[in-house]
Amino acid sequence: MNIVVLLKAVPVVGTERLGGDLLTDRAVQLEANGNDEYLLEKALKLTEAHGGEVSVLTVGPAGATEALRKALAMGAARAIHVDDDGIRGSDTRATVAILAAALAKVSFDLAFVGADTSDGQGGVVGAAVAVRMNLPYLSYASEIEPSGDGVRIHRLSAAGYDVLESPMPAVVMGTQLLGAPRYPALRGIMQARAKPLDTWTVTDLGLDAAAVGTGAATTRTLDASKPPERAGATFVREPADIAVAQVVDFLTSRRLI
Amino acid sequence: MATIWAIGELVKGAPTKLTLELATLARKLAETSGGTASAVLVGSGASAAGTEVATYVSTVLAADVDAALNDRPVAAVVAPRVAALIAQHKPDFVLVGASNDGKDIAGALVGLTDLPILYNGAAIDWHESAPRVEMSTFGGKLVTHSTFNGTRGIVVVRAASVTAEPAGSAGTVQAVTVDGVTELPAVKVVDSVAEAGAAAPIEEARIIVGGGRGVGSQEGFRMIEDLAEAMGGAVGATRAVVDAGWIGYSQQIGQTGKIVKPALYVACGISGAIQHKVGVQTAGTIVAINRDADAPIAEFADLFVVGDVFEIVPKLTEAIKARKAG
Ligand SMILES: Cc1cc2nc3c(=O)[nH]c(=O)nc-3n(C[C@H](O)[C@H](O)[C@H](O)COP(=O)(O)OP(=O)(O)OC[C@H]3O[C@@H](n4cnc5c(N)ncnc54)[C@H](O)[C@@H]3O)c2cc1C
Ligand SMILES: Nc1ncnc2c1ncn2[C@@H]1O[C@H](COP(=O)(O)O)[C@@H](O)[C@H]1O
Repeated sequence: MNIVVLLKAVPVVGTERLGGDLLTDRAVQLEANGNDEYLLEKALKLTEAHGGEVSVLTVGPAGATEALRKALAMGAARAIHVDDDGIRGSDTRATVAILAAALAKVSFDLAFVGADTSDGQGGVVGAAVAVRMNLPYLSYASEIEPSGDGVRIHRLSAAGYDVLESPMPAVVMGTQLLGAPRYPALRGIMQARAKPLDTWTVTDLGLDAAAVGTGAATTRTLDASKPPERAGATFVREPADIAVAQVVDFLTSRRLI
Repeated sequence: MATIWAIGELVKGAPTKLTLELATLARKLAETSGGTASAVLVGSGASAAGTEVATYVSTVLAADVDAALNDRPVAAVVAPRVAALIAQHKPDFVLVGASNDGKDIAGALVGLTDLPILYNGAAIDWHESAPRVEMSTFGGKLVTHSTFNGTRGIVVVRAASVTAEPAGSAGTVQAVTVDGVTELPAVKVVDSVAEAGAAAPIEEARIIVGGGRGVGSQEGFRMIEDLAEAMGGAVGATRAVVDAGWIGYSQQIGQTGKIVKPALYVACGISGAIQHKVGVQTAGTIVAINRDADAPIAEFADLFVVGDVFEIVPKLTEAIKARKAG
């Protein structure tokens, strides 16, 4: 079973900032999107149990290489980096088109995507890529396993979970319930140096350079500002009984109880 | 004259609260822009559910589907039908809710229609010729406003970004048949498993009592449930306690959990890590109970009780019960 994990390199959580053009500044230090690492871990476990290889695919700036190297050190066999200056400022439609075009060049049984990204929180790219590629889409997985020629997942529901099945190839979006990612071992880090890391441009993908990037964007950011400060906390340091009475008064004054 | 659609969601045949919020939002955007608003419901029982939704918006397009399709994921039924209706009626802007099914629907619609999309909307108003979408980004460090360059697009709207308000007069429900549907590749729902003790959902709760590692253990989590019950609220949690198995993932608040906007959030034994903060920072009022006055949650709480949860929480539960009884 060959699995490709769509892994976005995002600014290190807590250090994000916008550039003067109101686009996310991705010249800062990048790391693998936390939600994508759960999928990478599950992909590694599945191929360890059932054979096959894991590839990682990212669309992003030069700084994304470090996240790919880490994925290779964790156990992925190959990394693909769509890196092209023209991609900067791409909107969701263009990102979907690029990911779909890149995936079309990779042979896989399953493509894994994360639930969303720390710098965008869209959670829509996976479904869009699946539909664009005319592949089955299974989402919010807490468990993923092969089943005959297909794939079976547990999809979180309000009451518990639904069991979903589809043929392969398919696109699967998963959650943190798949399990925490491993740390790269020293041996893995050494081996990673010899593993293939391919770089593709938009032209390599057969896409029109004019259809991606800032120039083709269909949405724009108008402004950015600091959120209104919350008033700041009032501290209650009294003994428990007095403290509780103060909380009750506070909640009553705000008509919350 | 923009046409604005709100794509509704049905759970057991009834519209969700978020659906009524979207219908209200579509109506308000149409009022400001001088356009028209409709809600679109797709599913078995759509027409019946339409009556309630029509109290919020002048037109409801209801596409009833065969119950035989219920063995497919919701988005696989709704998205291709909404896409066919979009092709037929060409609405300018389409609002979709940021629930799990809603995000799947929105993503599939991007794939099917190639329409522009803005997501994570926390507040939406009208700006020149398109909706303007307010988002909280980078863990709440920034508030941004975005809009569309053209006059068409999809907006994914979070719960509680607007208050559902009935319109002055009731609207009409139009049953529609959807032609030219291209079904998505087959995914089958082969089983639905209910897990015992599933807690009340947090998405639409007015009050949430959250518990973190500070409650110590699964047994410790009981006092959080008791306080939530006394307050008439739902139980929330941090990833740390979900990972520890003290409570289900459905209750997790934060980056990998749910983004909620209750009127009141009571955070017990929660440090307030950035990944947790992003899920709840827009709550109306935040009360923290933590023995460490320097915990990061001090930066976004309104009231911070410096104390031991094992002492404070049970006493607070009793005080609230007593107040309600009296
Ligand atoms: C990719 C990624 C995604 C993540 N997503 C999420 C997410 O969605 N949601 C989320 O919550 N976290 C998420 N996290 C984890 C997050 O970084 C924190 O680790 C987590 O929120 C901490 O949970 P906590 O507050 O329960 O525990 P801790 O940080 O350990 O805090 C416990 C608090 O309890 C207090 N305390 C201890 N004992 C007592 C007592 N007796 N009385 C009073 N106070 C006491 C302590 O002072 C401390 O402040 C994510 C992390 C990553 C890397
Ligand atoms: N630039 C990218 N490169 C690789 N994968 C991506 C990229 N953008 C999004 N994805 C994948 O799509 C998922 C959802 O992204 P989003 O819809 O942007 O929140 C992520 O968790 C990734 O798995």
